Amino acid sequence: MNFTRAPERIDAMPNTTSIGWTLIFSAWLIATVSTLGALFLGEVMGNTPCVLCWYQRIAMFPLVLVLAAGLFPFDPRVVRYALPLALAGLGLALFHLALIAGWIPESIKPCQQGVPCSNVTVVWFGFVTIPLLSVLSFSLVVALLLTTYFKGSK
Amino acid sequence: MKQKTLFSISAIALLLAFVAGILFYTGQKEKAADQLVETNRTALIRMHSPSVGKSDAPVVIVEFFDPACETCRDFYPMVKQMMAANPDKIRIVLRYAPFHTGSDKVVAMLEAARRQGKLWPALELLFAKQSQWTQHHAANVDEVWRLLGGIGLNMEQMAFDMTSPEIANVIAQDLADAKTLNVTMTPEYFVNSKPLPSFGFDQLKALVDEELAENHAR
Repeated sequence: MNFTRAPERIDAMPNTTSIGWTLIFSAWLIATVSTLGALFLGEVMGNTPCVLCWYQRIAMFPLVLVLAAGLFPFDPRVVRYALPLALAGLGLALFHLALIAGWIPESIKPCQQGVPCSNVTVVWFGFVTIPLLSVLSFSLVVALLLTTYFKGSK
Repeated sequence: MKQKTLFSISAIALLLAFVAGILFYTGQKEKAADQLVETNRTALIRMHSPSVGKSDAPVVIVEFFDPACETCRDFYPMVKQMMAANPDKIRIVLRYAPFHTGSDKVVAMLEAARRQGKLWPALELLFAKQSQWTQHHAANVDEVWRLLGGIGLNMEQMAFDMTSPEIANVIAQDLADAKTLNVTMTPEYFVNSKPLPSFGFDQLKALVDEELAENHAR
């Protein structure tokens, strides 16, 4: 009786693996595009990153390498290593967004010297700012990682 | 196997897009910089700007500089050497860009020294002793005053001239022109109205050589 379930499982395994792989690959794509985008805005266009931007970079840049390492061979446990970085980044990005939106009072601004984090240097289409893009990237990465985790544990 | 191909192609595509973006952006920026000078030619050289070299020299270098800027100090002898190597071919026009704290006072002193015919000795002295009067990117005006006292200037006249509205106007005009031409760092060079494609002495020399060769061919 138990034998009937076995073939099903063998069939299911590569399927969940490839879904998981695609999810992690998508997260890697987002992290890589964000990393290159941040480098372009900073190094090529010459917008000096503020302190909060640097902390978000610290969370984003390693994701490119960590996620890529989890793809070959595919290791679903990569979620365990990438999620803390992505969550930290998301937290910082949300804080940054709240800061430029003015929801957080001046006194708790963590950066006083150099480039103030409340400065908005880039605005596209009237509402797209760099912190908004950062929140978007980190949220997508977190969502993809969580989906991979729950798909894998089913 | 298919996954590896997908990954490699994506990685290469993203990198290529990045490089293409850099090339496109810097190209656009250079074009914009050229365009900026083209439309603001009058902002490049003013009647009041001090210059050295034959007035009809084929190559004119306009330099925006700050006496307190270290790179300006380092470039000064190199540009001088370049001029010596091509006698009567190069004229240099100085524009003031006192971006450092207190530098505007130093520029006022230089302009006051110029009224006594001692701009160049004063400038060379300030560059030579720069480390003595600049600390943490700020100019120590008293120290500059003390140093300039040693080159035979009439200091009483200096003190009077320094505060003259004409000199204040020169500084204000130069700063305004720097802003117009998007000069944000010193030194900034324009060779026959062309901005450097990227900063560096080699790039400056290449541009000067190019202009010299063009003149020779004519």
